[in-house]
Amino acid sequence: MTSAMLDRRRLLVAGGAVVAAGASGLLLPAMAQGLQPTRSMPGGSNNYRPGAPIVDRIGGGGFWMTGSVRRAGDGVPLSGQRIQIWAHTTEGQERDPQSHGATLTDENGLFRLEMPQIVPTFGQPHAHLAYDSGTFETVFLRPIMPSARDTSLEAHFVLQPA
Amino acid sequence: MRTAKATLIWVAIALVVAVPVAMAAASPLLKWRDAIYIVAGLAGVLGFALMFVQPLLIGGYAPGVPRDKTRGVHRLIGGLIFAAVAVHVVGLWMTSPPDVIDALLFRSPTLFSPWGVVAMWAIIVVAVMVALRQSLGFSPRTWRAIHTALVSVTIVGTAVHTLLIEGTMEPISKAVLCVLVVAVTVKVVADMRVWRRRARRR
Repeated sequence: MTSAMLDRRRLLVAGGAVVAAGASGLLLPAMAQGLQPTRSMPGGSNNYRPGAPIVDRIGGGGFWMTGSVRRAGDGVPLSGQRIQIWAHTTEGQERDPQSHGATLTDENGLFRLEMPQIVPTFGQPHAHLAYDSGTFETVFLRPIMPSARDTSLEAHFVLQPA
Repeated sequence: MRTAKATLIWVAIALVVAVPVAMAAASPLLKWRDAIYIVAGLAGVLGFALMFVQPLLIGGYAPGVPRDKTRGVHRLIGGLIFAAVAVHVVGLWMTSPPDVIDALLFRSPTLFSPWGVVAMWAIIVVAVMVALRQSLGFSPRTWRAIHTALVSVTIVGTAVHTLLIEGTMEPISKAVLCVLVVAVTVKVVADMRVWRRRARRR
């Protein structure tokens, strides 16, 4: 009788373990997907010029473009990634070569590049950023400034292996 | 006295058209734009401002224009608006081809783009219909209904397009122009009772 009760208890514990395993099994795939990759934004690649040089600063500066680059899934910061930036600024229109520049992410996957003040063009104050170095899938972003008076703007990349 | 009143009305009309254009021409954004982009933007503003005059002419609110000349002036200004739209679109295309192509294909990230493109197509259809009016052979009543429907699309489309843009237009003069253009259009369309099946007998 005692053994029968123990058996039943064992059975319950075992059953509970199976249920718990099943539940975690259902959860696992969702957790494995983790951080979703950033999708290119419509119009992001407009007026892109391949091979913008890595610069300390675009033009005279005064405006800060900042952001981060992480790996999809586990969110590990990606260092040394080349991010290209261009915009219509006080020193040139989007197509002008002097409006383009590139920078690399630091050991924490962060980048920041000083550039001239962005001014509204084609109806919105916005910037363009590109990752297209090939190791990961190409992503073009087109973030919009909440106000044309802002002197900085952020953009974040989550990249998936190409 | 009548002349003085007519002069005042024309001064008011000229101000409604000229003030938003002048204020856009004084925008601080212009110093960071090249000539083609500046002309393209101002052509858009001028084209929209001229839309204010069109219903006034048809509704008989523009004094001093003889009744038989009204249509000619209306057509002339219509031609100017069409030309302004052409300069606007071509100039923007020269400034940034991919942005204009995105807009024309309705895949632009900016909300104002489809409103402008629909307004453009409506005015293109208007221009083609005006050019072919003789051969189309519509009755005046049918013509008026179709023409009113199409220009209404252009006016509403342009007003929304304009309001959503952060550009060279000064915000208050832009809002006032939008309200005035839509208001005179609604007033004249209501006066003419375009939607009536039979023309009202006077």
